[in-house]
Amino acid sequence: MTEALLDVRDLRLGVVQKRATLHAILKGVSFQILPGEAYGLVGESGSGKSVTSLAIMGLLGKPLSVTGGALLFKGQNLLDLSKREMRRLRGNRIAMIFQEPMTALNPLATVGRQIAEMYMLHQGKGRQEAQELAIEALASVRVPNPDRRAKDYPHQMSGGLRQRVMIAMALACDPDLLIADEPTTALDVTVQAEVLRLIKDLCAERGTAVLFISHDLGVIASICQRVGVMYAGCLVEENETKALFQDPRHEYTRGLLGALPQLGSRSQNGRRRLVDIDSIIADRSKLTETSFIVPRRPQGGQA
Amino acid sequence: MRLGFNFWLGALLTLLVVLAGVLAPWIAPFDPVFDADLMNSELPPDSTFWFGTDGQGRDVFTRILYGAQISLTVGIVSQVINSLIGVTLGMTAAYWGGWWDDLVNGLTNVMLAIPSLIFALGVMAVLGPGLPSLLIALGLTNWSWTCRIARSSTLSLKSQGYVQAAQTLGYGDLRIMFTQILPNMMGPILVMATLGMGSAVLSEAALSFLGLGIQPPFPSWGAMLTDARQLIQLAPWVAIFPGLAIFLSVLGFNLLGDGLRDSLDPHMRTRNI
Amino acid sequence: MSGPLLRVDDLHVRFPVSGAGLLGSGRRMLHAVNGVSFELAKGECLSIVGESGCGKSTTALSIVGLQEPTKGTIRYRDQPLNGADAPSRLQRAKAVQMVFQDPYASLNPRQSIHTSLAAPLRLHGVTSASEISDRVEVMLNSVGLTPDQAKRYPHEFSGGQRQRIGIARALILEPEVVVLDEPVSALDVSIRAQIINLLLDLQEKFSLSYLMISHDLSVVEHMSDRVLVMYFGQIVEEGGWQDIFEAPAHPYTRRLIAAIPKPGFSSDEMAQKTDPTPGLPSGRGFVSDGSNAPDVFVAPAPSELVEFAPGHRVRLSPAD
Repeated sequence: MTEALLDVRDLRLGVVQKRATLHAILKGVSFQILPGEAYGLVGESGSGKSVTSLAIMGLLGKPLSVTGGALLFKGQNLLDLSKREMRRLRGNRIAMIFQEPMTALNPLATVGRQIAEMYMLHQGKGRQEAQELAIEALASVRVPNPDRRAKDYPHQMSGGLRQRVMIAMALACDPDLLIADEPTTALDVTVQAEVLRLIKDLCAERGTAVLFISHDLGVIASICQRVGVMYAGCLVEENETKALFQDPRHEYTRGLLGALPQLGSRSQNGRRRLVDIDSIIADRSKLTETSFIVPRRPQGGQA
Repeated sequence: MRLGFNFWLGALLTLLVVLAGVLAPWIAPFDPVFDADLMNSELPPDSTFWFGTDGQGRDVFTRILYGAQISLTVGIVSQVINSLIGVTLGMTAAYWGGWWDDLVNGLTNVMLAIPSLIFALGVMAVLGPGLPSLLIALGLTNWSWTCRIARSSTLSLKSQGYVQAAQTLGYGDLRIMFTQILPNMMGPILVMATLGMGSAVLSEAALSFLGLGIQPPFPSWGAMLTDARQLIQLAPWVAIFPGLAIFLSVLGFNLLGDGLRDSLDPHMRTRNI
Repeated sequence: MSGPLLRVDDLHVRFPVSGAGLLGSGRRMLHAVNGVSFELAKGECLSIVGESGCGKSTTALSIVGLQEPTKGTIRYRDQPLNGADAPSRLQRAKAVQMVFQDPYASLNPRQSIHTSLAAPLRLHGVTSASEISDRVEVMLNSVGLTPDQAKRYPHEFSGGQRQRIGIARALILEPEVVVLDEPVSALDVSIRAQIINLLLDLQEKFSLSYLMISHDLSVVEHMSDRVLVMYFGQIVEEGGWQDIFEAPAHPYTRRLIAAIPKPGFSSDEMAQKTDPTPGLPSGRGFVSDGSNAPDVFVAPAPSELVEFAPGHRVRLSPAD
């Protein structure tokens, strides 16, 4: 069995004030991501999927703080690292892309320069070489006219192009893990399809593992090999993507899948009433008492 | 709502001024105007005349208590006028836009370019001295900031779903402004008015000091300072106590305004945690 | 009544945009909506789909009177809703109402739910206090809330509950046409289902006509009777929901449908159809296939909507 790239073990975090946990947000979450694997975390707002990614990046802001568990990245616990060691890892070995690239890009610098800085900062490249690498990187994320586009400022680009720039920056140092937090939620569907395809192709090409976070089951399905379903700070179900969609075991997953209108189902089966999750689940507070975690297949990962 | 130390200090000082003004007729030991006795002039503070007496032998403590009435009247009335003008112009300009917006914007910019004291001086010169003209002069000078805030708040509230919903439900423009927009921007307007009270008190003092405001023998803090000019070396208490009263009341209004802003502004609130 | 409830003819909306850059080229006109025409029948759900900037929201705002059209007419029961003979805001309120996208911005935070629902009734001449509270109560029940919640303020409700209140407010004046502007896109997945079910129930109960604006094609397929596909201010395809989803003719419609990630399928399985739809007139092509954006500052190239199957129309280049 392959060694996991990221091993999240019983991660707990919450709102902490004066060393007392006022409100638990993650109540013991465990999952593993193999090298090169695309793993999806799906859940509704408040399920804890986004704070999970922030914890991995070491970007939890006050008053949130990790209260237990371990985050093993290549066998090393990220929680033990100093701020400086964490900074060296971020952007270099673990990179992240966000929902709204405009907030993550510096509005006062050209995108070419911002990508070039990644090479200068993490790989010690000279200015000239970094500039050339930046243009190559833009070309690799299929930005048309990369040498001209490198001179653009973020506000001169469309949302889709900006997200490509973010991806170019994130993948600049060939990270082992890319964390993508709702990267296509703000985009139009046709642009979303292109960006998803891009992430999928590039990560497969380079062997980058992906932790993909989304509320959209369809998006997760189109990119991930395995999926974890989160609810109220717990991982309630985990399985290989196809198996999860064909045979959801947990009440909540079943409710979630039934609640979605599915394209094509009306023409096959007529208009069915969408599942009202509250009518099939007697008590939401009991949802986290059970979980269905299907163990990975022994040969490791390839779905 | 979490209110900080500043707010409470400001509230305390403001309350002191209000109590002084309201209770003056009962707690003041003398009459502010008629208890003049040249035999007692320029006495230093003692157990009878707590803050000493002035050149005409009037009790400075009494006059400061009564002076609070004038400062409060000036502060409140001028700010009510300011807010009425500012909100009416700013809200309608943003809501209707077009030439009306351009006109109001131009007017606001002109007002901001004229130093407010000079403008008030001009108005006083036309209307003549006295409390009513002072109230009008100060009420006409400081509405431009309120107007700007009302305008920008209205611009952002106008695109909110509930304002659009009110339009589709058939609400008229004025009804939308009064029921949907105004209640949602009262916070910042109130802050502006409280902060404005401090500067109105200062302007009143300045105008009275220049002899254009409250006329002697009525006790305005600014007019008291004018009277104290010749005595400042012989009887410094005649200048110190009105000066202190102005300082503390303006500080009170400003702290109160700041405190209100901190508690009303959600961004400031999260920063405080 | 025969004929459509709502009829939109050759709707154009243009916005002046000030020129950007140092050498700003003065004011230019942005062509947001270019000659949109359609009809809405009693009791039907017609959806307008398209991506951001296609003009679907501007069209909707014109219909509820929040945007004055540059050209064209909107008629409700053969009465014009815009132009010189337009009714007052008060009169039009009884005909067309709107449900907004963002449940957090669409309720006045300083008004209790009762006030939000009662004020429009009072405005429209209902004076009896008991009648008002009865109607508010009935409406709250219809949208799945309890009357004792009426005293509360918006911040005490969840996103889904707020959207129910928004729907109640749109229905309180008993309009026949309700414009739904992305009614579920701001909601969590499990709440979406409840609101969609509610909207369909209410449509049946009050025989409402919906004009829905959405970018979410799976919601559109689920709810609509007919669909309009808009691209850069024009309708490029129009048809029954089965026409659009089972036999899309325009390349842009096909691209839109193929782009939707579907649970249970990987994107590789989403093969894009390229074969022409049977029945299209031969020798006429598409003006734009939707793969490169046209200039929004000039009027679009001439083209026409051609009906090639009953009720199924597609935009083609003009006949020679």
